[in-house]
Amino acid sequence: MPLESEIAAHFAMARPRVLAALTRRFSDIDLAEEAYQEACLRALERWRRDGLPRDPTGWLLLTGRNATIDRVRRDKRIVFQDVMPEQEEDPGDVEADLADEIDLSELRDDVLRLMFMCCHPDLSLQDQLALALKVIGGFSVEKIARAFVVRPKAMEQRITRAKKKASSLATQLDTPSLQERAARLDAVSTMIYLLFNEGYSASGGDIHIHTELCEEAIRLARLLIALFPSQPEVMGLLSLCLLQHSRRRARIDGKGGLVPLEQQDRSLWSRVEISEGKVLLEKALLRGRPGSYQIQAAIAAVHCAAAGADDTDWQEIERLYAALEQVHPTPVVSLNRAVALAKVRGAAAGLEHLSSLSDALSNYLYFHTTRAALLDEGGETREAIRSYKRALELGPTGQEYEHIREKIALCGQKQKNTDAM
Amino acid sequence: MQYAILIYGTEGFFERLPEEEQEIALQHHRDLQAELDEKGTLGPVARLMDTSSAMTVRKRGESVLVLDGPFAETKEQLLGLYIIECASIDEAIEQAKKLPAGVAAYEVRPVGWGGGTISDDTD
Repeated sequence: MPLESEIAAHFAMARPRVLAALTRRFSDIDLAEEAYQEACLRALERWRRDGLPRDPTGWLLLTGRNATIDRVRRDKRIVFQDVMPEQEEDPGDVEADLADEIDLSELRDDVLRLMFMCCHPDLSLQDQLALALKVIGGFSVEKIARAFVVRPKAMEQRITRAKKKASSLATQLDTPSLQERAARLDAVSTMIYLLFNEGYSASGGDIHIHTELCEEAIRLARLLIALFPSQPEVMGLLSLCLLQHSRRRARIDGKGGLVPLEQQDRSLWSRVEISEGKVLLEKALLRGRPGSYQIQAAIAAVHCAAAGADDTDWQEIERLYAALEQVHPTPVVSLNRAVALAKVRGAAAGLEHLSSLSDALSNYLYFHTTRAALLDEGGETREAIRSYKRALELGPTGQEYEHIREKIALCGQKQKNTDAM
Repeated sequence: MQYAILIYGTEGFFERLPEEEQEIALQHHRDLQAELDEKGTLGPVARLMDTSSAMTVRKRGESVLVLDGPFAETKEQLLGLYIIECASIDEAIEQAKKLPAGVAAYEVRPVGWGGGTISDDTD
């Protein structure tokens, strides 16, 4: 095992915690990033020579802090709000005390604070995700730019602006009260969920990078659970991400196209992630406080439990969507419930549930394809064709376009046959 | 005599290594398992899930406490274990040395008692 990659792995693991603590210390993300980089440079030299320290995170934190304090003493232009204690000792010599230096409860609020800064409400969703990837994940600007299909230069400017905005929050964020902590956890969970979706739903482009976004989201969710172990919704979030991620190899065909759930080769689903997702969900549900992520994870778990598409327990899925409609009433959730209803009680029941959504989802492609499929199933071919044609107007991807054209052709064929009789 | 090889490491560290190196580390495990299996001295082998999926059960008098975790933060965790049959602790240590370096630390502990049912003479 080369020491280089071990060191790199430790850097990557330590980054969120170290950066979070440094950001609180210096109230400035840029300064914190510089301090972290300086610490890594020194670590490379030192660890290569002396081997790994017992607590790499603590080592990097202390070294980054001290190096920056030294630099600031020389450069009086940067003034801190709090008084810096004397921190002269070489972290290599005080390793035994490192564990005590890092207060766990302080650190967990630091990480939460940093994540929360990245979801500054004034930032666009994409900027929030880009900032989180850069600051917490340590992704390079080039990589983030590729993930969002933007030029690196433009991404760099956006991240710089976003960082400035987020840093302006830094001075206002104290140690949160219980209520504030819950609110921050919510905001951060949403950010992680959206980051996962960004990786999960993006079709085409550089698949490799999108998988990395999902993996980063999973890592952040793990970090959040490690810091806040008793939050059922955070467990639900990680469970949901793992269950969805377990299908990644089956979701893309040889040509890079998306394979719908019912056509996926289930032997390609990752059993390791499914079992961990299931266990986490069971554990979360023990707390008796189901929420949106737990219910969504439960739905994913029902799909994962079915050996084939025909074995899917649609009754359970319908019940879960009904529950989700209660805690998280959105038209898209209702659309999904309609699909489940159609599976359980037939196309007519599905269509009935859909009828109330036609205003809210009139510009939503999948509303029209779903409606068309149910109409077709119920024998209303003419109306189905009309719905499919409406879907074509709503900018389907190349693959979806082909798929819808095919359906229209099939419906047209059926229509002809009925007319001929 | 049975010995346990307990594998301690930082959660998530292995996953952070480049894929080729993960594969090399796993190959060490496969080799040792194959070798011991052939000799008939390989007992149960387990890789444990992340502690985020764990619960701790603690009894205090009549009341039972069920907690999330254990969570020791950046500290090392029990990641997995082997039970193997060896003539001496030296031999068990020799076997543990075959496991991949760098990713984890290996604690070799003699098994005091092992088996599927608890026999009467243990108490």
